[in-house]
Order: sequence, then structure tokens, then C-alpha cells
Amino acid sequence: MNSLIIAGMLLVLLGLAYQSGWSRSRGLATTTGVKVHSRPQYHGSYVAIWAMLPALAILALWGWFGDGITANYITGQIPADVLSGLDPVALNATIARIRSLASGYGVAGDVQPFEQAAADALRSFQFITFVVVTVLAAVAGIAALLYARSQITARLRARNAVERVVNVVLIACSAVAILTTVGIVASLLTEAIHFFSFVSPIDFFFGTVWNPSFSSTDTGAHGQYGLLPLLAGTLMITVIAMLVAVPVGLMAAIYLSQYAHPRLRAVAKPVIEVLAGIPTIVFGFFALVTVGPFLRDFGNLIGLDIKATSALTAGVVMGIMIIPFVSSLSDDILNQVPRSLRDGAYGLGATKSETIRNVLLPAALPGIVGAFLLAVSRAVGETMIVVLAAGNSPVLRGNPFEPVATITVSIVNQLTGDSDFAGPQSLVAFALGLTLFVITLCLNIFALYIVRRFREQYE
Amino acid sequence: MTATVSTTHQSSLERTKLIRASLTRRNMSEKIFRGLGLAAVVLALGFVALLFIDVGRKGIPAFTQSNLHLSVTFDPELIGVEPPPVQASGQSDADFQAADLKWQRSVAMLNWNKVVEASLRTLVPAGVEISSKDLLAIAETDARHEIRERFVADPSLMGKTIEMDVLASANAANWIKGNIDRSLPDSQQQLSAPARAVIDSMVASGAISNGFAWSILTNVDSRSAPASAGLLGAFVGTLYMMLIVIVLAVPIGVASAIYLEEFAPKSRLTDFIEVNINNLAAVPSIVFGLLGAAAFINYMHLPISAPIVGGLVLTLMTLPTIIIATRGALLGVSPALRQAALGMGASKTQMVFHHVLPVTFPSILTATILGVAHALGETAPLLLIGMKAFVASVPVTPFDQATALPVQIYLWQGNENRNFFEPRTAAAIIVLLLVMICLNGVAIYLRSRLEKRA
Repeated sequence: MNSLIIAGMLLVLLGLAYQSGWSRSRGLATTTGVKVHSRPQYHGSYVAIWAMLPALAILALWGWFGDGITANYITGQIPADVLSGLDPVALNATIARIRSLASGYGVAGDVQPFEQAAADALRSFQFITFVVVTVLAAVAGIAALLYARSQITARLRARNAVERVVNVVLIACSAVAILTTVGIVASLLTEAIHFFSFVSPIDFFFGTVWNPSFSSTDTGAHGQYGLLPLLAGTLMITVIAMLVAVPVGLMAAIYLSQYAHPRLRAVAKPVIEVLAGIPTIVFGFFALVTVGPFLRDFGNLIGLDIKATSALTAGVVMGIMIIPFVSSLSDDILNQVPRSLRDGAYGLGATKSETIRNVLLPAALPGIVGAFLLAVSRAVGETMIVVLAAGNSPVLRGNPFEPVATITVSIVNQLTGDSDFAGPQSLVAFALGLTLFVITLCLNIFALYIVRRFREQYE
Repeated sequence: MTATVSTTHQSSLERTKLIRASLTRRNMSEKIFRGLGLAAVVLALGFVALLFIDVGRKGIPAFTQSNLHLSVTFDPELIGVEPPPVQASGQSDADFQAADLKWQRSVAMLNWNKVVEASLRTLVPAGVEISSKDLLAIAETDARHEIRERFVADPSLMGKTIEMDVLASANAANWIKGNIDRSLPDSQQQLSAPARAVIDSMVASGAISNGFAWSILTNVDSRSAPASAGLLGAFVGTLYMMLIVIVLAVPIGVASAIYLEEFAPKSRLTDFIEVNINNLAAVPSIVFGLLGAAAFINYMHLPISAPIVGGLVLTLMTLPTIIIATRGALLGVSPALRQAALGMGASKTQMVFHHVLPVTFPSILTATILGVAHALGETAPLLLIGMKAFVASVPVTPFDQATALPVQIYLWQGNENRNFFEPRTAAAIIVLLLVMICLNGVAIYLRSRLEKRA
């Protein structure tokens, strides 16, 4: 409700300011007949920006300090004899009780008279401050509006001023991408360091047992957090996925770019790329209810003990998911190899497949390796397929027919959305996330570097 | 002289022979290579077909639901409740409300299962002995709520009989649709032998019929009444998140692409930003979930499992896609247009916003829709910010607890009643895929339309 009123107030101010600047500029141009530097809409924007800045500044200041001032006010409302008996924790609890009383939600337990009195006082205090702040913001905005309006002359360079503001806004928007990276690194690092205060990094990075015991509440036993079983599981699934995706994806790209009739290519390429748009949860379901049982029955048929949820199941389905990734990247790269290389090979009498194998692929190799590394990074970070189909068994073993667990699965299992980051049980998710982030970052940077080098080679 | 000519001629003949001899092998390997390529294409296309057919085959049956046609009698003996209070002339509003509340509470306290049972009993064929528990297992558990609500809305129904459709329970639906093996022994069946006999006779007499399962689309998730569980709550949650993504990611992404492509001086810093954005596009989505959990929930104390947090996380995830696509589009605008604008006296900002940007709208729009479609299917980051909680209500604001379509799929596939929820999960997947296909179709349509005009 309050935020709606404030938003309405700001909108009215904005419209008023723009209109007033615009009409003043118009008036200037028609009555005096001099040539005005900027067009009316720039004058309008100029006044609007001037009017919004102080109003927003006042609201931001209140947003920043208002909470502390209110808390101080509440503390002042608590009788001195009660206040002296409260330690900081109890004081915070009392303040929270009074706040929720004032906002109309009930509180647990009996309401003491002083709490009710303080809540009533708080309610009127909140109303008065809200009115004061809103009116203050509006008055400041109108004052700035009048000032900016009075500045409008034929020679005012309003367009340049507005464009400077636009530029600042654009820079601020570009900063969001950097802030995201900074936020990722900062949050992963701080929580991971917090985790390493419980478990030594050596135990984490070189431990061979993953057994985070959720039961322990004391600070003594925390369970074991060895990364290696998870890393091994991730590696195994990634290798299986690449064994599926690379041959199929690469051969499909070769066929579609070198052999296929343009009409087949026009149909088959987008259809294969449909695979890339399907949500991973769908692949996970497909793996769980179709591929897993199929592989298990197939294993029974040929005398192998394949579990329905296993590294093989997850790996095969993940490979299917990555096929379009490999094929479209390889396709791009094959198309970038200069025609002259191919024509030269044909001129020497090589068959088509010989040209591809002996000329095209070696020439495209760096680019294709880069594409594979990008695909590997995609596979390492994939979550939902593995959560559903890999069986979640964090044990160090080399059998792909058994269930495994990966880094991503353990992150999902350890961090279930509760904001309680007190114990290593949930903090370990950030250490795992940091590991994952570093692995994929290295893969990406290396792959992008290779791909870029390859492009430069033939440009 | 003649000797040398004949030797070269001879050697060339020999070479030709050698090449001839190897040709069969080379052509063979050519054929094999080509065949392998074709096989790879067929395999890849086969996977696409298999995936869609599999999901369709599993999910489409779940779009039919089994309805029980009951004639419900509001028997005064079973519903031993007084008539609702009427406001007397001298009675104050508060007193009347209190009395009305008391009446409603007494209605709620009644055992409405007795009414359900009585109307089910009328459909039991002669000669079948069935306990009330077994009989009630045929109808979904929320049937009694529906009947009670009917009565509260219209208390004059007392003593009357009305026709009502209620859902058959999940176990009954399994039996009717054949999702459970009919030859299993009693100990492994979810329903007792008499209940199964009653269901079969109801199907034969037309008291149970199948219809389109609107409940999947119009109901919220439910644990106690699985047959009525629907996607509405998840759908609204997803809708809020996508709105947040569109409102935030598009302006910020386009603005930052404009700055980087048009205004930024070529410096180390802008190089760094570029590398940074390319890397962000390849960061695993689950890492964004960790960011959301640490920054938005733990640090900023935004509400857990609310669409606002999910929307923010997905915005950050979608941003690089939109930035990269917009930059590519801006790069493709012809220099002639820029020079013409500058030559007519436009400032650089005017040139960009008035002339260059409008030309790129089709590409930006397509990139936005594809980015949103990608964000729509994302599950992992949402699990980390607590959106896997069971929520049985439609979120009113983006700050309420909610879940999302892909997360609902994740939750349903984990349900213990596999026979019933496996088709239902596949049905939810079909809904999700349909939404995505629609989005992609809109993108393709708009692109072709706008590009034609431009």
C-alpha cells in the first residue's frame, strides 16, 4: 500500500516535470522566436531528471536509515525498568514483537501492556514518518522542478545533459554483469572459507569418503567431506557423455555440412537443435523412466548387472543432450575452413572422405577441441539429469554400471533452501560450488581461447 | 631418348594400375564413412523422436480423468445440523456473524464421508460385501469437501438429492486405466477385491466415465487428494518469474549491450567485461542458484521459495544471452545508416536510439524469447533457493511461496504413488514443452514478420 502511494507520487512528479519542461521549451520557441539549442523533449527530460533526483535521494536515505531510526524509537518506547532487564538478544526479540503487533499480525504468547502501548505509539509514528517522508520527497522534487524549469533558456544545453545521464545509466547496466561475477565469486568464497573453518581444505580436496552426517548437532563430529568420490563420479559421467556425444555429434555435423542435400540439412539441423532447447528435467525424467529400465533389461539380457540408476544411464542421456551442442559448434568450425584447402585435396584426387579425414579435420582440429571442451564444461555443470538418474551413491568405485554421485547432485542434496548456513552440512555446498565454478571457468577460458585462436588463423 | 619415354610411360601405367587396384578399397571406405555420417544423423533424429514419443505416450493418458457420477442425498439423518441462522430484526451484526460462524463450524465438523459413502452405496451391485473404508477408497478424498461446500453455499439442499461429479481416487484411476497390473495378487493391489469389483461394475453401468482432465490445468498441487493435483500454482509461479525476467533482463541487457558496442572506449576494462560476459554465459546454472541462496536469501533476507528470488536468479542467468545477442545485432547494422544519421546532425545517442536500435528489434525480440524459454525450463537453481517446498495455493504476489513448472515436474516424479504420478509427470512435461514450443513459435513468427517489414 505504502509503496504504491510512493510509486504513484513519483509517477505524478515525473509526468508533471516532463510536461512543465516541455511546455516551457515550447513557449520559449514560439514567443521569443529565438533558435533553442535543444528540442522540447530534452527540456522535458532535463526537468524530469532534476525533479526525480532529490525525491529519490530522500526516499533512498529513508530506506537506508529508516529502519535504525524506527528501532531507536521503539527502544525509547519501552519503559526504563523493563529495558534495563533486557540483554541485546531479548531486546531485539521485543522490538520484533512490537513491530509485528503494530503491523497487525498477532504475536505468540500474552501481550504485555507496555508492548501494546509501544505498538500503538509505533503505529502512529510509522504513519507520521511515512507522511513526512513522502511529503518531504514531493516538496524537494517540486523545488528541484521549479529550479530546473527556471534554468531553461534558449542556450541551455539540455540535450547534452540528458545524454550524459543516459550514458551513466548505460554504464550502470553494464556493471550488472560484472557485479554478478563479483557476487558469485564473493559469495562462493566467503561461504567456502566459512566451511573450511570447520573442515580442513586437505580433508576436503583429498578425502576419499563422502559422508556428511546430518544428525550431529554438537561441534564434535561433522561427518566426512571428501571431494574425490564426487569428482570421480562427475568425471565418469562426463566421459560417458562425451563418448556418446562426440562421435554422433561430430559425424552428424560432417554429414550435414559435407554430404547432405541442402533440403535434408534445412530440416535435420533445426530438429537436432530442438534437443538443445528441451529442459534438462525432461531429460532426467526420460533417463529415469525409460533409458534406465531399458539399460537394466539390456544388461540382464547379455549377463551384465546394470543398475537402472547408474553412471551409464545418466551419462548416455547427458550425451544425447550434448549432441546438438557438439554438432552445431563443429558445423560452424568446419564451415570456417577455407574452401581452397578442400579444393586442393580434390584436385590431387582424394575422395571426399579422404579430404575430410586428412585435410578438413586436421585443419579444424583446434576449433573442434575447443568445442569439445565447452561441451565438457556443460556436462560437468549439468544437474537435473544426474539428480534423477545417477542414483546418488557417493562411493569411490570405477564401475559405470553402479550408481554414483556428482558435485552438482551433492550441492542440491546439501543445500535444500533453508537459510541456516551455520553448519558445514549446508556450507559444503559452497565449497563444492567453488570447485565446480573453477573447473568450468578454466575449461571455458581455455576453450574460448582455442576457438578464438582458430578463428584468427583463417581470417 | 626413346627408352626414357617408354620408362616414364611404363611407370605412369603402373601408377594408374596401382591407383585402379586401390580404388575399390577407397570407394568402400568412402561409402562406410558416408554411411557412418548418415547413421549419426539418423541416430540424433531418432533420439529426438524417441524422447517426444516416449513423453507423449506416457503423458497423454493422464489428460483423461475418471469421473464418478453420484447422486448425493443430503439426508437430514446423516447431516444432523440445524438450519443456518437468520439475522433477526433486533440482532446485531456481530452476534449474527458469531452465530453464522458457529453454524459453519458445526457443518465443518460433520463427517461428510458418511454422505459420500451413502451415495456410493447406491451404486454397489447386489451381492458384493464391501466395508465403508474400501468403498470410500474409490472416490478422491476431496469429494467430501466438494459436497460440504455445495451444502454451505445452498443450505436449502437439506433433504434433497442432487447429481454431482466427483473425481475417482488415484488408485481407482490406476485400476480403470490399467496403469496397475490387473493380474497382481490381492496383497500387491492398492484396492481391495470388492472395491475393484465395484469399480468394474460402475464402469460397466456408466457411473464412472472418462473426461478431459481440466483439473491438471485448473487445480493446485495436492498431497491428500492426488487425483486432483494440478499445475495452476506452479504455472502462476512460473509466470511471475518470467515477468520479472522480462522486466529486468531485457532493459538491463539491451542497455549494457548498447554501451559495450556503441559507447565504450576500447580499453582493458571493456575487454575484461567482454570476457566476463562470455564466461557468465557458460557458468553452470546451479552456481547461479548458490549465488541466489547466499546473496538474495542469506544476505538480503528476501523470502525463501518466492518467485521474486527465482526471477532475480533467472534474470542474472539470462542477462549474458541477451547481451551477446543484442551486441551481435548491433554489430550487424549497416554503417551507412549510422553515417546517414550522423551526417544529418544527430548526436551519437540520437543515432543509436533513434536509428540503430529500432533496426535490431527483431533480433532482440527473438533473443529475449529464446532466453525466456531457456529460463522457463531451468530447475536446478530454483531447488537451491527453496522452491521445492510443497505449496498448495496460488501465489497472489511474487513475494508469496510458490513453485515453478519444472520444479513441479521434479516434485511429482518423486511421488510414491508411481503408477499414478508417472503419467501425471509426463503430462506436466507435455504442458511445459507446449509452452516452450509456443514461445519458440512466436519467436520464429515475429522474426520473419518483422524482418520482412524492415
